[in-house]
Amino acid sequence: MAEQTPNSGTLSPAMLAKDLLVSGILAAAIFTTTLGFKTETAVGGLSLEYHLGLGLSAVAVVVIGRLILWLTLWRKGPGTGGAGEIADGVFNGIVKIFAGRTKQLGIAALIFALVFPFLPFTDRYYIDLATLILTYVMLGWGLNIVVGLAGLLDLGYVAFYAIGAYSYALLAQYFGFSFWLCLPLAGILAAFWGIILGFPVLRLRGDYLAIVTLAFGEIIRVVLLNWYQFTGGPDGLSGIPRPSFFGLEFKRGEGNFADVFGLEYSSIHRIIFLYFLILALALLTNFVTNRLRRLPIGRAWEALREDEIACRSLGLNTTMVKLSAFAIGAMFAGFAGSFFATRQGFISPESFTFIESALILAIVVLGGMGSQVGVVVASIALIGGFEIFREAEQFRMLIFGLAMVVIMVWKPRGLISTRIPSIFLKEKKAVSSDMVAQGEGH
Amino acid sequence: MAKWDENVLLSVEHLSMRFGGLLAVNDLSFNVGRGDITALIGPNGAGKTTVFNCITGFYKPTEGMITARHDDGKTFLLERMDDFKIPKKAKVARTFQNIRLFGGMTVLENMMVAQHNPLMIASNYTFGGIFGLSGFRNAEKEAIELAKYWMNHAGLTERADDAAADLPYGDQRKLEIARAMCTRPKLLCLDEPAAGLNPRESDELNKLLLFIRENEKTGILLIEHDMNVVMEISDHVVVLDYGEKISDGTPDQVKTDPKVIAAYLGVDDDEIEDVEQEIVKTATTEEGA
Repeated sequence: MAEQTPNSGTLSPAMLAKDLLVSGILAAAIFTTTLGFKTETAVGGLSLEYHLGLGLSAVAVVVIGRLILWLTLWRKGPGTGGAGEIADGVFNGIVKIFAGRTKQLGIAALIFALVFPFLPFTDRYYIDLATLILTYVMLGWGLNIVVGLAGLLDLGYVAFYAIGAYSYALLAQYFGFSFWLCLPLAGILAAFWGIILGFPVLRLRGDYLAIVTLAFGEIIRVVLLNWYQFTGGPDGLSGIPRPSFFGLEFKRGEGNFADVFGLEYSSIHRIIFLYFLILALALLTNFVTNRLRRLPIGRAWEALREDEIACRSLGLNTTMVKLSAFAIGAMFAGFAGSFFATRQGFISPESFTFIESALILAIVVLGGMGSQVGVVVASIALIGGFEIFREAEQFRMLIFGLAMVVIMVWKPRGLISTRIPSIFLKEKKAVSSDMVAQGEGH
Repeated sequence: MAKWDENVLLSVEHLSMRFGGLLAVNDLSFNVGRGDITALIGPNGAGKTTVFNCITGFYKPTEGMITARHDDGKTFLLERMDDFKIPKKAKVARTFQNIRLFGGMTVLENMMVAQHNPLMIASNYTFGGIFGLSGFRNAEKEAIELAKYWMNHAGLTERADDAAADLPYGDQRKLEIARAMCTRPKLLCLDEPAAGLNPRESDELNKLLLFIRENEKTGILLIEHDMNVVMEISDHVVVLDYGEKISDGTPDQVKTDPKVIAAYLGVDDDEIEDVEQEIVKTATTEEGA
């Protein structure tokens, strides 16, 4: 409604009245129809109930809210001291506090993560939620290699997660392999499938790349769903063995974890152990990614995102660069997948639908592509946000979508959009996001 | 026999490139001498960039042979090599008409990407590097030294930690050349390096190119429209028009070649003789004066 408002300091009462009238009519058009009427099942069919009071109060909220906004924030016209600016101010303030102290911040976060399960207010629900968030952090970090660093838009990332999960479940079922043996195997198998996917998509750019990766994700899911004899199809696989702590099982009885450490048996032990397991796996992902960024391979990924032709003109084999990005990204998804399988004890193709891929991609994009910290923030916001709104089940997706739109309008390149150089001569200067290319498929 | 035919770094023989019905390059042959600055000139659409793309593997020529000869006697048939192997194995580096930098990466990072292949070997294809083996750390130090050396000569040391996209245009041109030099090429192919530069920047560019020729023994092949650059620094000029070679020689020879003048100024074929006479006349008057 910027057109209706004068940019000068004063606001004439006529303009104000007009604005309030227009927003009132719009609100009435929306809310009297959506909130004002309700169909109820009655004897012999549907009956219509009228909630006009509810609709009118919604209109009143809009009009009065807008009036308050005009009298406070928008005094000097819209865009001056608006919500975006306040959010920017708060956000920049937070960033400023932590800027240059990323190391301390990281250590503090790590310590918090380590003591979290033992804090007094932490119960099983919180540990489970933290485990879930950490799983998505790990997946986000893995996908960040492919999308954030190499700039290859992958819409089928969940396929590698599924491959990791099924690798463990099937190896355990058919060969009786333990979790600790299957964990690296799942990673290797997922990496192998990453290369298989990589080959056909090498020549593709942009949207075409995104479509093929999307199709790949669906192929894996459909195969798992239909290969009934081998994978159990829609029934899934159950009775997946739980992980042991250096050979000690989390069970009741002698010679098991609680007994050896002289603790009273409690089911929380395994929950805490799983939490630390995913924490270690996620930290491994982060460590390896940060390490790789400083190695020639990581720089080659970023160079690929910036300009593929220039890469080739400098003698970089872009085929290998792309395949290595797919393979390493897939490997971490494979690790996360086998963790998922061992945590749940049951897996089915239901868990690996496109919406999972979209959620992981949303975490990467929302966090700021290529930013490790951004992935953590976005995971906490999205997965934690989902949990907060668990009560409002019907509106959860609505709120989720709305929040995504608002954040993307406010920060189009993600929450943490600056790029930190991998090497510096004198001074480490963050590179502003408008210079960083987004790569293929964006 | 001209100098560049004796000590050949790159020889292009009977090169033809056809795009559907268009014959962009027609039976072109020329040599690039070792340690020379060779300029490839011609009016717009003459096929210069096509020749470049054939040499650097971005196009596969329809016909012809392109041979690079290193001073240790190794020869490489460029038309048979993958584009990325040409800088890697045959040591032929190139720059682009529209600058292609890694804009979001710093100047130093750009230079490090150029040294990807030796660093990749030093890091044992990442496996050694991930555990921080000393072999890789030393190789990385050396790579930084080489980058510093070229940043210094391109006048970019001050901006080493700035994003490449943040540099002014002239510096971006120089960075692209410095980055190509970090691959330690035997032949450097520059596609219009002076395009869009102001006289001062163009002067700096000349100095950089002469420095490369003197100190690195790297041959330079360049496409250029700026005749000041061409005449000032090149040892050998090849002139193309409509995909064919119309002149080949030293800058002075080419400058007075009536065919070249006709191609640039658009003289009818039967008028060439008149132009030729005029040139002879001016030359004598100049000598007289």
